[in-house]
Amino acid sequence: MFHLHGRITDGHDCVPFRKTTPQLLRQLMKRWTAIWVFLVIAGVFLLTWRVAHPPQAAAVPAVTEVELSQLQLAVEPVNAELADLWKRHDVAPAEAADDLTVLRRLSLALHGTVPSLEQVRAFEADTRPDRLDHWTDDMLDDRRFADYFAERLGRSYVGVEGGQFIIFRRDRFKAWLADELQNHTPYDEIVQQMISAEGVWTGDGEVNFLTSGFADGEFDPNKITARTVRAFLGQRMDCAQCHNHPFDHWKQSEFEGLAAYYGKVSLSMAGVTDNRKMEFRIKADALDEGRVVEPSVPFNPEWRGTDGTPREQLARWMTHPENKRFERAIANRVWGLMFGKPFLQHLPVDDLPDPDTNDDLKTLDLLGAEFRAHDCDLRWLIRTIAATDAFRLSSTHPLATNADLARLSPDEIEERKKQVDQTEEYWAVFPLVRLRPEQVIGSMIQSTNIHTVDQNSHLIIRILRFARENDFVREFGDPGVDELQDRVGTIPQALLRMNGNLSRELTEPGGLLAPGRIASVSPTPEAAVNTAFMACLSRNATTKEIAYFAEHERWEKDRGQEIQDLYWTLFNSPEFSWNH
Amino acid sequence: MHRTIQNWFSHVTRREALQIGLGLGVSCLLPSLELRAANKRGDERPKSLIVLWMAGGQSQLDSWDPHPESKYGGPVKAIDTTVSGLQIADTYPHMAEQMQHLSVIRSMVSKEGDHERGTYYVQTGYRPDPTVIHPAMSAVVASRLHNPAVEIPQHIALATGEGFVVPRGGYLGNQLDAFRVFDPGNNLQNLNKQVDDQRQERRLEGLKVLSDSFRKGREFRVADTLHEHVVGQALTMMNSEQLKALKLDDEPKEVIDRYGDSRFGRGCLVARRLVETGVRAIQVTLNGFDTHVNNHEGQAELAKTLDPAFAALVQDLVERDLWDSTVVLCLTEFGRTPMIVLNEGRNHWPIGFSCVVGGGGFRSGVVVGETDPDAGAAEDNVALTKRTPPKDPVTVPDLYATILTQLGLDYQEEIITPIGRPLVLAEGTPISQLLPG
Repeated sequence: MFHLHGRITDGHDCVPFRKTTPQLLRQLMKRWTAIWVFLVIAGVFLLTWRVAHPPQAAAVPAVTEVELSQLQLAVEPVNAELADLWKRHDVAPAEAADDLTVLRRLSLALHGTVPSLEQVRAFEADTRPDRLDHWTDDMLDDRRFADYFAERLGRSYVGVEGGQFIIFRRDRFKAWLADELQNHTPYDEIVQQMISAEGVWTGDGEVNFLTSGFADGEFDPNKITARTVRAFLGQRMDCAQCHNHPFDHWKQSEFEGLAAYYGKVSLSMAGVTDNRKMEFRIKADALDEGRVVEPSVPFNPEWRGTDGTPREQLARWMTHPENKRFERAIANRVWGLMFGKPFLQHLPVDDLPDPDTNDDLKTLDLLGAEFRAHDCDLRWLIRTIAATDAFRLSSTHPLATNADLARLSPDEIEERKKQVDQTEEYWAVFPLVRLRPEQVIGSMIQSTNIHTVDQNSHLIIRILRFARENDFVREFGDPGVDELQDRVGTIPQALLRMNGNLSRELTEPGGLLAPGRIASVSPTPEAAVNTAFMACLSRNATTKEIAYFAEHERWEKDRGQEIQDLYWTLFNSPEFSWNH
Repeated sequence: MHRTIQNWFSHVTRREALQIGLGLGVSCLLPSLELRAANKRGDERPKSLIVLWMAGGQSQLDSWDPHPESKYGGPVKAIDTTVSGLQIADTYPHMAEQMQHLSVIRSMVSKEGDHERGTYYVQTGYRPDPTVIHPAMSAVVASRLHNPAVEIPQHIALATGEGFVVPRGGYLGNQLDAFRVFDPGNNLQNLNKQVDDQRQERRLEGLKVLSDSFRKGREFRVADTLHEHVVGQALTMMNSEQLKALKLDDEPKEVIDRYGDSRFGRGCLVARRLVETGVRAIQVTLNGFDTHVNNHEGQAELAKTLDPAFAALVQDLVERDLWDSTVVLCLTEFGRTPMIVLNEGRNHWPIGFSCVVGGGGFRSGVVVGETDPDAGAAEDNVALTKRTPPKDPVTVPDLYATILTQLGLDYQEEIITPIGRPLVLAEGTPISQLLPG
C-alpha cells in the first residue's frame, strides 16, 4: 500500500515550539528525500503536460449582476410560499444561519466536502453583500460539481450496481452525464437522450440507461419502466407491474402500456436499437402465448406528438412543458440533495403525491415553474434553492435551547419535542442530516489539507483520495440508491472513524498535511485550535472549547500530540458527521 | 443527571444509558448481567442461528446430492452416512459421520440465476426490488431475538468476501447490517484504540465538550441522531470482555486444526464461541464455488475446507449441549447445472439445489425432495428459472418460514416498511417434515 507519511513526530520525538523554520525544513528534507524527489519529478511531468494541454477557457461567462437580480425575482415567491407554509402549520422560523455555515452546506451538497481553509479565507475576505450567491455560481462552474452531481443523479437513473460488464458501463454513463452537466445541457434534453438512446454503451454513455436493464442477457422493460417513472415523474408505479396499485390510482394496464415503449429494445451489431418486428407480450408463464400490449401513456397522450420512434415519443411526453410531474420530480430530488432530505420528509424522494393534491407541495411547484422558465437549467434550480430562506436558516432553534427546557415538566417537554419535530418537518429550521460516506471521507481529506482538493491538487493527494475513497465508502457502507433516506450511524462506522487507519494517517502531525502545518506555523495554541476548527467545522472555537483544547502547558509539552488529538476529536464529533 | 435530560434519553434503556456513560467516561468493568442466560444449555437456552454461506453456487452434485449413476454425475462418488439410505459426496468424509444430527433439502428452488440477485433472494427470501431493501433472515433473527446481555454486535459476518454477500438489515435499519470480520481470529479491524488510555480519555472528554456545543439550540434533535449513543456502543464493544469470543488466542492448536486453520475454519470456530457468548445471528462465508471450469476439482478443493470445519462445528455444538439451541444452515445462492459444460465446468442452476439444516430442535436425518440429474438436459432451451422444478420443491420463503417457526417466531408477522407497504417476515409455508412432533 502506498504510504503517505514518514513519521516526523510522535508523542516523544516531537518538534518543539522553538525550532526555527530552517531546522524544521532540514529535518523534513532528511526524512522525505525520496518523496521530495518523486514530487519534483511528478511536478515536472505535470508542468510539461500542462504546457502541452493548456486549460480550456471557461465556456460560460461569469455570473452577471442581471442574473443575480433575476435570482432575487425567482426566489421571492418561493420565500413567500415558505412563509405561508410556516404560518399554516404554526411554526416559527429559526434565525438566519451565518454565511460560513451556509457555505459549508453548499460545499457539502455541490462538491461532497467541507470548504477548504483556502476557500474559507477567501470567502471571509469577500465583502460583497450577495457573496453567497456568487460563491454558489462559482461552485457550480467548478468541474467537481459536474462529477459529484453526476454520481448523485446517476443513482436514480442506473442504480449503483456494476451490472453486466459486457453490455453495461456505469463509468461511461457517469462520464457522459457529468459532461452534459458541465456543458449546461438543459435537463429535459438530458432525459430525452436517455429514454430515446440508441447505439453502443461504450461510445454513447446515455445508452447505459437502457443496458442497465439487462439481466442474464435479456432486456427487462419492466425494470426500466419502473425506473423511468420514479426518476422522471417522481412517482412509483412498481407495484402496478403485477397488480393495480393498492393505495394509488395506477392500474396494471397503465404500467404495461408504458413498458411497451421499451418492449422493442434489443441488441444488434449497432448496439441498442428498437427491433420493429418485436412485439411486447405480457405472459402469465413460460407456456402462455401471452397477449400483445401496445405502447400507451396514462394521461395526456397528445403530449407525445406523432413523429419519431416510440421512445422519442415517450421522451417528449415525459418532458412535455405541461407535465408538472416532471419538473416536480427534479425539484424534489435536487431539494433532497441540497438538504439531505426530500421536501416531503416522510416519503421517499420518488414517491410524490399527484399534482394539486397537497398544498404543502406548492414550494416544489414554484421551483418547478422557475426551472421551466429557465429552459430546464439545473444550475438555475440549484441556485434558487440555495437562495431560499429555508436553505439559509440556522439549524438551531429557540424552542430547542437547554436553558429554556430546564424549567419544563416532563409533559411539557414531550409537547415541546413535538413542536421541534414540526419545525423541522416544515423547513422552519435547517435539518440535521447524517453525511453520506463520500461526504465523510471527502471532508476528512479536505480538512487535513490547507488547499482545495480538486483536479489541480497535488498528485499525492489525488492518489490518496482515489485509492482510499472507494475502500472507505465500502467499509463505511454505501446507502446506494436510497441515499436520501433517513438513517442513523452504525457501530462499524464509529469504529472506523475512531480507530481506522485513514483517520490515524490523516491526523499524524507530520508532513504536508494540515495538522502538522497548523501545529508548526500557528503563533499560539489558540490560533492552532481555531484553524483546526475552521478546517473541520468551518467555524472558530467557542470560549469554552478554547479553554479545553488550547491549554498552553500541554501544547508546549507536545504540540504534535495536541493537534492530533484535536483532529481526532473533531472527526468524531456529531457536528462533523451531521450536516447542520 | 438532570431530570429532563433523562427524559430525552427516554427511548434509550437504562442499561444503554449506563453504557453511554461508561463509554464516554472512564472505562471500567461492566457487571456481567444475565450470565445465567448465557450459561443455560439444552432447549432452555435462547436460540441462535449460524449460516454457512457457500458463495458462488455450491454444486449439489458434488456435495449433498451426488448422482454418480447418471451420465451427468461427474467423477464424484457417493458414500454412506450415519443416516441409513442417505449418501453424500465422498469429498465429505467428516460430514458423513455427523449427518445423524442434520437434514438435507435437495429440492431448493430460486427465482434468480445471477450471483448478486441470487444472493439477495436466498439471503432475504425476497427478490430484489428497487423500492425497498429487505432484511436478510439473519438480520431478522438478530432483531427479533435481541439479547440485551451482549455488548458486541448481535449480527456478525465472518470471513466475508464481496460486499453483496454480507447480510444487511434492509428496512429494519442499517444498525442491523452484519458486523464484518474479514479474517476471523486475526487482527480485529478497527477495534483497537490508536492511543494509550490516558490520551483516549482526554479525547473522549474533548468529544463531550464538542457534543455539548453542538447540542445547544438543537436539543432533542441531536439526541435523535443517536450519535453519542452509537459512539458509546462502539466504545463498550472495544472494552468488552466478550470480544474474547472473536479471538482465538486461548484455543489449543488441536482445536483450530480440527476446524482447519483457514479463514472459513477459524470462522466456524469463532461462530461457536459467539453462540456461547449469546450472539444471535452469525454468517460464515466460504467463497469460490463458481466453478464454470473444472467443476469437480474446484468443488472438491473447497470440500477440504468445508468438510472438517462444518463437522467440527456440529460435533462441538452437540458436545457442549448447544445443539438444541443453535440452528445451523449450510446454504448457497444456487446450485450448478447437471449438464457438464465446456472445460468440465458447471453453470448456474437455481432449480433444484441443496441445503443442509439442523440443530435448534429440528428433526434430523430427514431428506426433503429429490432431483433427477437427467432432466436438466431434456429442457435445454427453456430459461433457467422456468424449468420444471424437482420433486417436492422448497422455495426460499418456505425455508425461512420453517426456520422462523422453529426459532419461536411468527413468520407471518407483518412489518410496515418505510415505503408504507406491509411485508411479512417470510412469505412461505413451513416444511412440516422438518418440524418436530
